[in-house]
Amino acid sequence: MDDSAVSADRVRAGDARATARLISMIEREDPSRLAVLKALHAYGGKAHVVGITGPPGAGKSTLTDKLVGDLRGRGRKVAVIAVDPSSPFTGGAILGDRIRMQRHATDDGVYIRSLATRGHLGGLSRAASEAVRVLDAAGYDDVIIETVGVGQSEVDIVRIADTVVLVSVPGLGDDIQAIKAGVMEIGDVFCVNKADKDGAERVVREIRAMLETAVLNGAATRFTPLFEARSALRGDAGNAGGATEAVASRGPAEQGAFHHITAQATGHPNLEIPPVVKTVAETGEGIGPLVDEIKAHEAALAATGFLRSRREANLAWELGRGAAQRVLSELERDESRETLAELARSVLDRGIDYYDALDALEDAMKRTQRAATTA
Amino acid sequence: MERTIRVLVAKPGLDGHDRGAKVIARALRDAGMEVIYTGLRQTPEQIVSAAVQEDVDVVAMSILSGAHNHLFPRVMELLKEKGVDDVLVIGGGVIPDDDIPGLKGAGIAAVFTPGSPTGDIIEFIKKNLKRKA
Amino acid sequence: MSDTDSIKKGFEAYDSGVEKSIARFPERKKSFVTGSKSPVKRLYTPLDDAGRDYARDVGFPGEYPYTRGVQNTMYRGRFWTMRQYAGFSTAEESNKRYKFLLEQGTTGLSVAFDLPTQIGYDSDHALSQGEVGKVGVAIDSLADMEILFDGIPLDKVSTSMTINAPASVLLAMYIAVAEKQGVSPDKLEGTIQNDILKEYVARGTYIFPPAPSMRLITDIFAYCSKSVPNWNTISISGYHIREAGSTAAQEVAFTIADGIAYVDAAIKAGLDVDQFAPRLSFFFNAHNDLFEEVAKFRAARRVWAKVMKERFGAKSPKSLSLRFHTQTAGSTLTAQQPDNNIVRVAIQTLAAVLGGTQSLHTNSKDEALALPTEASVRIALRTQQIVAYESGAAETIDPLAGSYYVESMTDRIQKEAEAYIATIDGLGGAVKAIEKGYVQQEIQDAAYAYQMDVESGERVVVGVNKFQIEEGSPKGLLRVDPIVGERQAAKLKELRAKRDNRAVEGTLAALKAGAKGDANLMPLILDAVKAYATLGEICDVLRAEFGEYQQKVIL
Repeated sequence: MDDSAVSADRVRAGDARATARLISMIEREDPSRLAVLKALHAYGGKAHVVGITGPPGAGKSTLTDKLVGDLRGRGRKVAVIAVDPSSPFTGGAILGDRIRMQRHATDDGVYIRSLATRGHLGGLSRAASEAVRVLDAAGYDDVIIETVGVGQSEVDIVRIADTVVLVSVPGLGDDIQAIKAGVMEIGDVFCVNKADKDGAERVVREIRAMLETAVLNGAATRFTPLFEARSALRGDAGNAGGATEAVASRGPAEQGAFHHITAQATGHPNLEIPPVVKTVAETGEGIGPLVDEIKAHEAALAATGFLRSRREANLAWELGRGAAQRVLSELERDESRETLAELARSVLDRGIDYYDALDALEDAMKRTQRAATTA
Repeated sequence: MERTIRVLVAKPGLDGHDRGAKVIARALRDAGMEVIYTGLRQTPEQIVSAAVQEDVDVVAMSILSGAHNHLFPRVMELLKEKGVDDVLVIGGGVIPDDDIPGLKGAGIAAVFTPGSPTGDIIEFIKKNLKRKA
Repeated sequence: MSDTDSIKKGFEAYDSGVEKSIARFPERKKSFVTGSKSPVKRLYTPLDDAGRDYARDVGFPGEYPYTRGVQNTMYRGRFWTMRQYAGFSTAEESNKRYKFLLEQGTTGLSVAFDLPTQIGYDSDHALSQGEVGKVGVAIDSLADMEILFDGIPLDKVSTSMTINAPASVLLAMYIAVAEKQGVSPDKLEGTIQNDILKEYVARGTYIFPPAPSMRLITDIFAYCSKSVPNWNTISISGYHIREAGSTAAQEVAFTIADGIAYVDAAIKAGLDVDQFAPRLSFFFNAHNDLFEEVAKFRAARRVWAKVMKERFGAKSPKSLSLRFHTQTAGSTLTAQQPDNNIVRVAIQTLAAVLGGTQSLHTNSKDEALALPTEASVRIALRTQQIVAYESGAAETIDPLAGSYYVESMTDRIQKEAEAYIATIDGLGGAVKAIEKGYVQQEIQDAAYAYQMDVESGERVVVGVNKFQIEEGSPKGLLRVDPIVGERQAAKLKELRAKRDNRAVEGTLAALKAGAKGDANLMPLILDAVKAYATLGEICDVLRAEFGEYQQKVIL
């Protein structure tokens, strides 16, 4: 199939080859991708984008495989983007997440794509957010992104996903370290996988304690504004009286936003923290409840209007990055390199100082842009 | 910039020996390629579906059980059904020379038998991609 | 001056002499290593014996720590069993090959099963397509097993069956065939491989997850210790681990670590160690580096003896002695200039014999490309016979003992292996280490390093990266007729029509109930097998109860 055969129509018709090729074109920043992406633009915005992040060894792939199975059971079409790191030395990569999900390979309602980071730091690849939009437009109800791992630098996932699931496991000494490093700001739903291992309960308690401490200290967390908005809803729901009781007796997914209106079990009454779900991905234990919480989070986002505002913030950030990327590309050009070299020489020779040099550079770039627009 | 080559390394059938497949996966990675490894016990349908979704340039199948004459052509058949004509398909493992013409006739571009240096495989891939950079 | 001092002085003089020679004529390489890349000194002398205590470390054949062999007369009493692994296509074809081998002088049978059989699928299963009869014989039911051993008296031959995940079923079939021949189970001699842990790591023919697999294995231990007492219930294998790329020390370590896991499981299941341990056996690889291999076998015996004595408190000498079967290393066979493989196998045979193996399979020259023909398997068998009768290697016990080099290496491999075992202990044992991917990673790293050494030329493979010739394709390779799959499917149809299906269902229901509880499953499997339930049907019942293992891939 030639690249020219890739069209928005084919992608929307569920042609996996067209979708796959489009994602490749995105990866290599092929200019001919733009027309197709623009044509697809009208169709996006419906998929629930779920990020799965956590340290290596947490069992993310196995977990994702089970999530796919569960979501399929609920009649949803699911796409998965699994990201693995490229070797900084050779540029190559072994993309091994698919292995754990291959049982879904022949299910038409599932699409799995492995991406390498290709030098990008941040836990994802540059193509990831664009690929998500393609899969959204292609009609998948859920798009799951599995990241490389988690650490202080790998925070891309927050900028792309509606719901971020942070996966921990017992027995990884650095587990709690990673959590302490501010990763608490990333998770919407917390999962302790391999919960059949020794120490699982302790990890659950520690995570809960950290979340509660964060709330008590008034720390800026990802979930606080959402819960505040829910509290507002709770006020309304309280007036509904009996309705709340009836709603509360249904399962979390069916309750939707109302699930989080009833208090979470925490060490403190009236202290609301995100859910911490135990799973044993290998056996499938806890997967149903985890999906319930993921869906409930989506419902809460929707009910409070946070879905929109989160996506707006993410997109704004992405636009900024896109612009920065354009500037960087601009600076890679030969003429720019010359300008930079000249300015650098000037600073070294003590002709101008660093800040003057920066100003001069900015001016030079503005001039180039003006020239480009008038040309 | 040279385009990154994406390769699907697959183990069709019930054969559980993956030393070769894993060594090749690593060698290809070290040569700068992105390698998607399917793991063991793949049906031809699973292999083709992965090849399509991953938009790979190459499918490399490894088999030591003697079932290649059935499984390799079946993969080629399914690729054809899906209209995939721009993927380089190569094979390796315990495959007698006499079987190679038949496999090539079915569309397998090359068969790398025991003793083939990974360097040769890498060179072959680079020189025979059906999709150019 | 003491003896040691004068040797020291002499050695120093020798060494400085060498330095002068090397300045003029450098040695062939910068560094010399064994096949497993361990450093090899230029010369070993009595100085290398320091710290070794003959009585404690080396000892006598048939006595703890069994370094010199597990029987006191070894090959002077009886040669090792010449046991050629064979099987392919249909039971009828394999039966013919077994009769041929017995005529040519093999002293034991070794059954190779095809992949569908090894993975518990009937020949007409979707996943069996293209695989039936290819790497071994297709056995779908007791009917096939009866044909396989037709005319072969099971009280006169010992049979080794390379079967793991469904070992219980094939063993049950063997017992049933013997019964029909009028041979009671207590007369049966043989082995089932039955080593699931290495399947997860190196061989890939697993079905169920680790816990239920261990249950099946310990059920077999318990059943056989009562009813089939002369049967080796497990062949704890290092062969495949080595084939997957491990070093010699890793082969010993990971095998013995697996052995420890099995002993632990059996003890947990309530068995007494001296009750089942005498019937544990092992299976090792005979690789190229003659001296390293001999040292490896000796080290393995010593390490196991210590483990059984110190860790498990076993008392019976039979529990402490590591008996093993050996196969020459398949991965060393080349497709190029295949006649060279005969020479490789001869050296590997010598290694196994000098290493004190209890039984041996020698590969045929054409096996890099296909299963062996009758002619090439005969040469492989003759290789064993020539070593046995013409080479003198079997005329005395453990002839390489006392070699400064071999004893040094024995000690070195022992230490390395014990270090690996300690690491695995730290990870929580073999099952956990496999779960964590530790064993797989070690093996893969070694495999990759090996390949890179071959490609750089540092490791010479004659005919492949040195001394190559232009050659045509080998002729006359064995081919398995693809019609086998169809024939088996037809047989299955007939079987299902002829047998008493209600009786079959009854046995399967009983098996299902048994699997849910903790009854010993062997009697239930035996019932099912006798009713002519198929292998696939029996395994499907167990799959439903136990689940299927999801592969862990560490790259």
